[in-house]
Amino acid sequence: MAAKSKPARTTHSSVVARRMRSFMATASFTLFVLMILTAYLSPFGYMVVTGFKHKDVIAEPTAPLWPAVESTFTYEGKKYEIFLVPTEDGEVHKWAMFKKGREESLFLDPENLEAGPIQWTGRWRTLKRDWHFSINWGNFTRAWRELRMPLLLRNTVAIAGLGAIGTVLSCIAVAYGFSRFRIPGKTAIFTILVGTIILPSFVTLVPTYTLFYRIGWVGTWLPLIVPHFFANAYNVFLLRQFFMTIPRELDEAAMIDGAGPLRTLISVILPQSIPVVIAVGVGHFLWAWNDYFTPLIYLLSERDLQPIAIGIQSYNSLYGTEPHLIQASSMLGLLLPVIVFFVAQRFFLRGIVFTGVEK
Amino acid sequence: MSTIFSEFSLKNLRFRRAEKMSALAKNEARWGLLFLSPWIIGFLLWTFLPMLASLVFSFTNYDLLHPDETRLIGLDNYVQFFNDPLVRTSSLVSLRFALIALPVGIAQPIVMAALLNSRHLLGKRFFVTLFYMPYIVPLVSAVYIWQGMMNTRLGWLNLALGAVGIEGPDWLNSTTWIYPALIIIGLWGVGDMLLYHLAAMQGIPTELYEAARVDGAGWLASFRHITLPMITPVIFYNLVLSFIGIFQYFIIPFVLTGGTGRPGDTTKFYAMQLYKEAFGYRHMGYAATMAWMLFVAVMLVTVVLFSTAKYWVYYAGGEER
Repeated sequence: MAAKSKPARTTHSSVVARRMRSFMATASFTLFVLMILTAYLSPFGYMVVTGFKHKDVIAEPTAPLWPAVESTFTYEGKKYEIFLVPTEDGEVHKWAMFKKGREESLFLDPENLEAGPIQWTGRWRTLKRDWHFSINWGNFTRAWRELRMPLLLRNTVAIAGLGAIGTVLSCIAVAYGFSRFRIPGKTAIFTILVGTIILPSFVTLVPTYTLFYRIGWVGTWLPLIVPHFFANAYNVFLLRQFFMTIPRELDEAAMIDGAGPLRTLISVILPQSIPVVIAVGVGHFLWAWNDYFTPLIYLLSERDLQPIAIGIQSYNSLYGTEPHLIQASSMLGLLLPVIVFFVAQRFFLRGIVFTGVEK
Repeated sequence: MSTIFSEFSLKNLRFRRAEKMSALAKNEARWGLLFLSPWIIGFLLWTFLPMLASLVFSFTNYDLLHPDETRLIGLDNYVQFFNDPLVRTSSLVSLRFALIALPVGIAQPIVMAALLNSRHLLGKRFFVTLFYMPYIVPLVSAVYIWQGMMNTRLGWLNLALGAVGIEGPDWLNSTTWIYPALIIIGLWGVGDMLLYHLAAMQGIPTELYEAARVDGAGWLASFRHITLPMITPVIFYNLVLSFIGIFQYFIIPFVLTGGTGRPGDTTKFYAMQLYKEAFGYRHMGYAATMAWMLFVAVMLVTVVLFSTAKYWVYYAGGEER
């Protein structure tokens, strides 16, 4: 009995030890990745903190990292600066500077005014100011107004939204064609489609711009919207991969019931593809929201039609020395895409991973 | 089934002789072509014809400001191209940058995906979402955020370096540090590539790792001999796209420097020069020449890369479709 239970106990304790080791490995590795993530995302922290700062503390080397202002104390209608004053008993007091002196200064204790001015010996220049947390919303209201955010939002949403509609409609049609129909030369056409991914867009840029220039589309939204009604390789690929997982028996059943190809697409394929269609639509919306180059060449001189990316850039070229306004405007620019991303990330990440996953 | 990476080869570009089709098959093909037509028309309209036009432009002195004076000038643009000091400078700038940016662009998604794929990581979804997130931030915002981060005195980057006793450089105004700075800004662009790499790693059959463990392989050996070879299609895809991306590298330096090319000429990238010719001076003929030479360079690199693929890119499961 005893001889039997002994090895059992060591096995048990070695299992515990292994579990413990594995737990430690998991905990320390996760912590390590968390630290990398924190560093990776720290610029967002910088943006938020700077965007909320007051202008005059931005360049102040003694100011804390977070949005803060120097504390003051108002007494009998006059403002006094609050300092951190160490005394001989080892305490640090938040006292208001009443009268400055080279070697000796007079302070008021805001919590104990009856004590009157307190004499403190030492050089006041060695003292640190007291800071308290204070958010400056004014940066945002000012950037919002001066950027003309409502106008920029309208423009961006219109351009991105219309383009998304075009992308979704055209890519669904093309992907359906690739996934369900026998067409002579289909494989070759598909390879050319995938090949366009590596085509440098600069090659087609000059004639395309010239065309739009000649037909009077430069300075309008049309060059930013119309081309998206002609499908693109990434999204066609994504949708085709998904359509191919839908059993053909379902189409055939619909066909037997008398449905034509279009009817089959609308009533059989699409209802099962909502997540991936959302992924394509949201993907285009975010892409267009972030697109900088196309509006740069087509809308640079049209201030009333520009989307947000261009608006922020021209705004910031005016305020190069005011980091709080620049960061506030950067934040205005990324707020909506980030919200959309977090709301739709379920569809979005799955949709992208889908392109790469072997099934 | 296939992935975008396994489609990324020329194997399918062969044309079979058309077989005689039944009426039913003809009908099906007609419907199919109807559905493909948006892309086919779009390809002709926005890709094929512009490429031809671009080639034609490159033999003219076409200038948007003086369209009436347009005439054929033979190879003049190409002669000018090869003697243009600005072209030479900007090509060298792009190549020099590529030397640093490419290795980082290839390694970063591999390393990050390997971290996120580890069985020791808790809360994978949380990490994947947040590591992906900067990818959807508008580049304009991202550039301004990083510009602030890299401020010599007040940026958090140098504050952090200062905290560990290193005096941080003047990232954006030093000819030495501008490329590292651009690459740091580019780290946020990993997004899709990270997911592709991660998906490829998750698709590796676990039996391979178990067999390696039985054979006594450690973590590094498994990574080197299983993970890396199995994800070569994705690495290859990334390599090709990174090359093309670097030839066209434009927005980050343009927003950062306002197109000045500072510090020194370090950010006078090829695409920036092309942009200036086309939309600054409106020299459409010459810009088309620059664009075509870019295309030729990209094609050459792509052909070389594709021809090396058979030595190192491993497509698991053959090519069945």
